[in-house]
Amino acid sequence: MLFVAFCISIGVFASDTTKVVKQALHPDADNAGLTLPKGFGAIVMIDSVGRNRHIAVNPNGDIYIKLERLRNGKGIVVLREDASGKATEVTGFGNYGGTGIAFKNGFLYASSDNDVYRYKLNDRNEVIDGEKPERIITGLINRRQHESKSITLDNAGNIYVNIGAYSNSCQIQDRANGSMGKDPCPILDSAGGIWQFKVDKLDQSYGEGIRYCTGTRNIVGLDWNNDVNQLYAMQHGRDDLYRMFPKYFDSADNAELPAEEFLLIKKGSNFGWPYCYFDQRQDKKVLAPEYGGDGKQVGRCEAMDRPLIGFPGHWAPNGLLFYTGTMFPEKYRHGAFIAFHGSWNRAPLRQAGYNVVFVPMKDGKPSGQWEVFADGFAGVETIKSTRDAKHRPCGLAQGKDGSLLISDSVKGTVYKIIYTGK
Amino acid sequence: MLFATAFVMAQTKSSQKKTVQTKTTTSNSSSGLKASIERGQKVYQSYCMSCHQVDGGGVPKMNPPLIKTKWVLGDKKELISDILKGMTEPIEIEDEEYHNPMPPHAHLSDQEIADVLTYVRNNFGNKASAVTPAEVKNVRAKIKK
Repeated sequence: MLFVAFCISIGVFASDTTKVVKQALHPDADNAGLTLPKGFGAIVMIDSVGRNRHIAVNPNGDIYIKLERLRNGKGIVVLREDASGKATEVTGFGNYGGTGIAFKNGFLYASSDNDVYRYKLNDRNEVIDGEKPERIITGLINRRQHESKSITLDNAGNIYVNIGAYSNSCQIQDRANGSMGKDPCPILDSAGGIWQFKVDKLDQSYGEGIRYCTGTRNIVGLDWNNDVNQLYAMQHGRDDLYRMFPKYFDSADNAELPAEEFLLIKKGSNFGWPYCYFDQRQDKKVLAPEYGGDGKQVGRCEAMDRPLIGFPGHWAPNGLLFYTGTMFPEKYRHGAFIAFHGSWNRAPLRQAGYNVVFVPMKDGKPSGQWEVFADGFAGVETIKSTRDAKHRPCGLAQGKDGSLLISDSVKGTVYKIIYTGK
Repeated sequence: MLFATAFVMAQTKSSQKKTVQTKTTTSNSSSGLKASIERGQKVYQSYCMSCHQVDGGGVPKMNPPLIKTKWVLGDKKELISDILKGMTEPIEIEDEEYHNPMPPHAHLSDQEIADVLTYVRNNFGNKASAVTPAEVKNVRAKIKK
């Protein structure tokens, strides 16, 4: 019996002929500095990967991270997890930085800030040739504001790509005090929405794509919800209501408004940017001051689509994931996790966000109050300035075992959140 | 003083092209400098802090820091011109590129621009000469031509 116990404890080092016994996962001491609900624990899988953006897990459980810019000449890093939940870097490929990464039906998809590529997988779910992807989408506008192209896929052979607006609020003079908005906003011709493309056609661009939704300023976190076969996304609301229109707003309004919006997106949805924004305090879309609004008028915004939830302003939602695992308790199944990268536009009030939120969902609709699920990434009590944060959550993925994986964009950490019940 | 000079030199290694002013006072009396910095702080809070942050540290990838950079400590005419005309091209500081545009601030008065630049050049760990309204006026006149 003692001998058996000994064998189990060293299961990870077992030889080929011995059945590898899975160890129970143990959270790091102090849960790696994170605050989590009771029964959950955190493991730092790895540190210093790079400037992590989105993260995806293949059917084997290997973890693929898209880096914002190249590290050692590679823009995609592959991690392998051991039985203790720690990970090591096994390989890397891709000569472009970017944000989007996803697996679907035998392919890996990844995006630069201009293009989308796909890589065929072998029967072991590994990328066959990391240096020879197919370029399926190209020529997307990139003017260095809201330039990331995040992606998700449906079950009908389509891929959805966000193209962010290269502007704050489509002013005549971008981000200038009191400058009025261009009407109609010309940016909406090629940005400020999500486009749908085919997964298997090469070099598609605007001509081949379908404008799936409009009036979204910038989206980084998006996910396909397989429960209801619909697209969902998190919109980053506009900045600087107070600095640019102090006659209607004060700095406290500016810190909370407008909402970061949790969106259910249908083909043809229009969420109103730049003409409108969602005020979560009044629970409605109101006219932006650049278009004659005063914080109360609704005007043309009556006709715009509403969000499911309006989150506090400027938290910067960069990751969205519908949880389909069974490791977490019943409450979490089918719900949405949202990674908030954290604010910069709340000054002089302290910055906020820098957390992962959970939204309980049923049949594709929120079924209860949202709550902060994981906090403490910033590692400091008060975040006065964005750069005070030691870690910022960015991407989310579900581990093969049903754990929640969170990528950090500052130090290149990957966190694994597990449920132990303790 | 030696220490201060060494400090400034050490911090401006990346700005070899430009001569950095190490003189810490101008014709202003020190009380005049203090008053200018105090006024400048208010201008900073209204127009600059939102992007450049409470500590002048900026926002990674978006808004550049104002701490010991060649833009802040270097040629005053260029600095004044950047404020009046705004900046649209990305700039690189210590291997980080900053992308967000800065709008023109020509609506601020010569005094307000002088004060806010004096504040920025003498805060966030910076130490450099004051900017005067006359200097702003000169640059503004040249831009108008």
